[in-house]
Amino acid sequence: MLNWAALIIFALMLASYIMARQRAVALGGDTPAILHSRPTYHGAYVAICTALAGFGVLLIGLILSNIAIGTALVSSVPDALSPIERDLVISDGIAIANDTLASRTDELRETIAALYTKLTTLQIWGITIASIAAAVFAMLRGIGSVAVPFRARNRFEHIVGLILMVSAGIAILTTIGIVASLLGQTIVFFSDIPVWKFLFGTHWSPLSGVHEGTMDPDKVGAIPLFAGTLMITIIAMIVAVPIGLFAAIYLSDFASARARSIIKPMLEILAGIPTVVYGFFAAITVAPFLRDTGAAIGLSVSSESALAAGVVMGIMIIPFISSLSDDVINAVPQSLRDGSYGLGATKAETIRNVILPAALPGIMSAVLLGVSRAIGETMIVVMAAGQGANLTHNPLEAVTTVTVQIVALITGDTEASTAAGPAFSLGFTLFCITLIFNVWALALVRKYREVYD
Amino acid sequence: MTDTVQTSPDASFHSGDAAKARLRKRRNAETRLRAYGIIAITLAALALVSLLYNIFARTAKAASEHYISMEADIAPDEDNFLKVVKSAAKEAFPYASGRKNRRAIYGLFSDGAADDMRRAAEEGTLQTGDAVPMRFLMSDTADLYMRGEFGKLQTQPGPNALTIEPEGKGFTLRTSGDAFADALGLARTELANEAATLRRQKARQSVGIETLEKRLSDLTGPERDDTLAQIEGFKAKRDQLETKANALDTLITGDRDTRLKLSNRMASFFVAANGGILKLTEVAADTALATPLVPMESASGVGGGDWSLRILERPEIGRPVKDMQVAILETLKSEGRIEEIANWRFFSLSDSTQPEIAGIKGALIGSMWTMLVTFCLAFPIGVMAAIYLEEFAPRNRWTDFVEVNINNLAAVPSIVFGLLGLAVFINFFGTPRSSPLAGGLVLALMTLPTVIIAARASIRAVPPSIRSAALGLGASKTQTVFHHVLPLAMPGILTGTIIGMAQALGETAPLLMIGMVAFITAVPEGITDSATVLPVQVFNWANASERAFDMRTAAAIAVLLLFLVVMNAIAIILRKQFERRW
Repeated sequence: MLNWAALIIFALMLASYIMARQRAVALGGDTPAILHSRPTYHGAYVAICTALAGFGVLLIGLILSNIAIGTALVSSVPDALSPIERDLVISDGIAIANDTLASRTDELRETIAALYTKLTTLQIWGITIASIAAAVFAMLRGIGSVAVPFRARNRFEHIVGLILMVSAGIAILTTIGIVASLLGQTIVFFSDIPVWKFLFGTHWSPLSGVHEGTMDPDKVGAIPLFAGTLMITIIAMIVAVPIGLFAAIYLSDFASARARSIIKPMLEILAGIPTVVYGFFAAITVAPFLRDTGAAIGLSVSSESALAAGVVMGIMIIPFISSLSDDVINAVPQSLRDGSYGLGATKAETIRNVILPAALPGIMSAVLLGVSRAIGETMIVVMAAGQGANLTHNPLEAVTTVTVQIVALITGDTEASTAAGPAFSLGFTLFCITLIFNVWALALVRKYREVYD
Repeated sequence: MTDTVQTSPDASFHSGDAAKARLRKRRNAETRLRAYGIIAITLAALALVSLLYNIFARTAKAASEHYISMEADIAPDEDNFLKVVKSAAKEAFPYASGRKNRRAIYGLFSDGAADDMRRAAEEGTLQTGDAVPMRFLMSDTADLYMRGEFGKLQTQPGPNALTIEPEGKGFTLRTSGDAFADALGLARTELANEAATLRRQKARQSVGIETLEKRLSDLTGPERDDTLAQIEGFKAKRDQLETKANALDTLITGDRDTRLKLSNRMASFFVAANGGILKLTEVAADTALATPLVPMESASGVGGGDWSLRILERPEIGRPVKDMQVAILETLKSEGRIEEIANWRFFSLSDSTQPEIAGIKGALIGSMWTMLVTFCLAFPIGVMAAIYLEEFAPRNRWTDFVEVNINNLAAVPSIVFGLLGLAVFINFFGTPRSSPLAGGLVLALMTLPTVIIAARASIRAVPPSIRSAALGLGASKTQTVFHHVLPLAMPGILTGTIIGMAQALGETAPLLMIGMVAFITAVPEGITDSATVLPVQVFNWANASERAFDMRTAAAIAVLLLFLVVMNAIAIILRKQFERRW
């Protein structure tokens, strides 16, 4: 239904362009130069007004009516139910209305389903009619305004300028959206559970016993997750930093042009491989290899060991570190190198005493960005690390991470509204931690940036 | 001046042994640093080669599939093709009687065999009639056996004559020499292990008895009687275990005619003679008891060199392909009735729970729809945002904020975008779950920073003289940008967009959040249908327990990598061909 509304608005837009343009041509007659704006601009102005009015009403109507329906459904549920039960009842009602699988059917759910059906029908018809009406109104007004002195081009360009600005604002909207959606669920979650139990508790199994309707605050301690994430990140950085850094040094100061032309694309290939492929590699090659090697030398290595996930994640981050470091090392001016050589220093001494100190802030920022990526990386750990929360310092055992638990919670069988609380809280924590690292990395570069003439 | 240097008291500082040592040290440091660099790059290269090798070696296995040629009776109006396959199998292997053997036979065929016939019948290309020669798709496990995934069948030619006498349902085989030595050795080891286990259990009983006897002195009355009874029980158990172990020892050290049983925890031994295959169940030095799996043409004895011993190292218990199936597959192979054909099915079918009939068509189309949505959103919005920031925006705090925002968004973990999509697009706007629309929206937001950063760079690269010229000729600011700057910046923008799209194509985590992980067998027909995408398909198959999914996962990865290579190649070509240096 809404597809049709959109299609009709689109057709109206085309029609308004043609009609306004023709009207302008007719007004100009034999001397089109008397028009302030060329006919095309008259057409474009009316068309853009029509489209904005139509699609604007469509989109805003959809947003507002969705909020309204949500509140109406919530208020139709008896207050006696807990928030978790209420969400369950509502999602079941919607499922019944959509003829999909509901966890249970009873009178309350049927009522909600009926209400939901009624409201959505009303919503769709209302929005369709309102948006088409708005488009028609804008079209008629626009065509009516076509006149010889009408400054259609200026107005059109003004609107285009506004659209450009809004496009740039989408980046901000995305950030706001991320913060709002994560924070909303997080606040709801922490209204039931004390924050310190989440941040400092050591027992993580949020969904056990949740069917009674409430979550046990003693089972949402995220410390094992943070510890697991930290361990895998450290292993990854132990692999990635030396290899990436030495590769960058070799590339910028030792390698011949020919070697560079082979090595750089190789690192770029490594950077372009999707993480799900690294995950497959970790799960099917690296983990069994480590397990068998461990067995051969008498160590018991879990087949979901932190080591396997960490090593493969390190491989993934190598090109990241090496290309960023390569950039900053290359940014150190040649005059500094020449000065050092002129004093009789060897290449190694120049690198150690001149280039690295100059490039250090940049390299540090590359490492920080690498850490941020390792913390937020999902597929490798989902495929190669463990599921169970395990607080250990042994890298040969299975550990779990924040991202693994988010995926497990969201893709699991538990009712979405129940799992959303812990999942979004973890997501918010993840967002904050990576944000700190990103901002730290940027600040480091800004603060210690060397300005060469 | 030269004099001064020569007579300088420091001259020895530059030429003595200490100086040489210093120089050597400095040069060694240089060599070391270079070596570290080379080692680092070698390690990275090794990782890449090992990764690609692992993927492509597995992909090669998925490139073909095995078929069994048989004759089938197909009625003109047949609709139960599963039955056709079964009755054809029954006819082809009449000796496989009994439920267990039947099931083993049916287990060689895939449901895909019936599907193929149904499809052919729908297209009207199915030949009907009696004894039509047909090719039936093999099941995943039989296919894996044919690829040697459960080990290769080793053949040891029988050097001396073999006599065959019927005994019960099977046959007694007799030969001279050491043809059965391997089997006998294995059987002995197995028995010795069993005896050792029994003795360990016995030792445990003895410890129990000792403990109880020590406690006995402290006890009185009924407790003491109970304990005494317990001790008696333990003793009886101990003696029983000892007797059993001794019996096994007698078997192991028995004479040449003592037959030892072969279990399914040991390698399987077959004898191929007279066109049939027998499985050894008991062996002695010169004789063996064998049951027929594939019947022999005659039960007469055969001369040396006319029979052979076949050994499959992996025990029957550790492989899904049982001995009966092995025997039949080997017979079919020797009759030339197994064909290996290119696996085009992989591209024409969608996901399935059975690996041999699972394909990537659904995922490919799903990826296509998702990328379409992503491109239609990320490209125009990204370009417009870049134009605004480069050409129109005033330099103030607000634009600084937008810039910081964009740079930061590029580093936000992808899973967070997935949560955003779940909360905003699915729960709030009611976008259908696991649809390309929802996926495309999320990926568009993720790709946006990449597009904006690339577009800004290439708009900035257009020289100001172009703008001045256009403005000087009376064009408005908007006209200047859209008519002159943008076309010149386009190749760079497109390059950046393609690279962003390539990243989006390989992205998995955010799509898991919005439900694209669901098992979907239908090919999506629009952006609101349930769909899956290529990387998520890879993830799903990598998690599947069937071993045959391994190589298909690798093949799906190969297809994904192929697309990425093509996209990046296009980006490189665009850059080389159209990018202008001013």
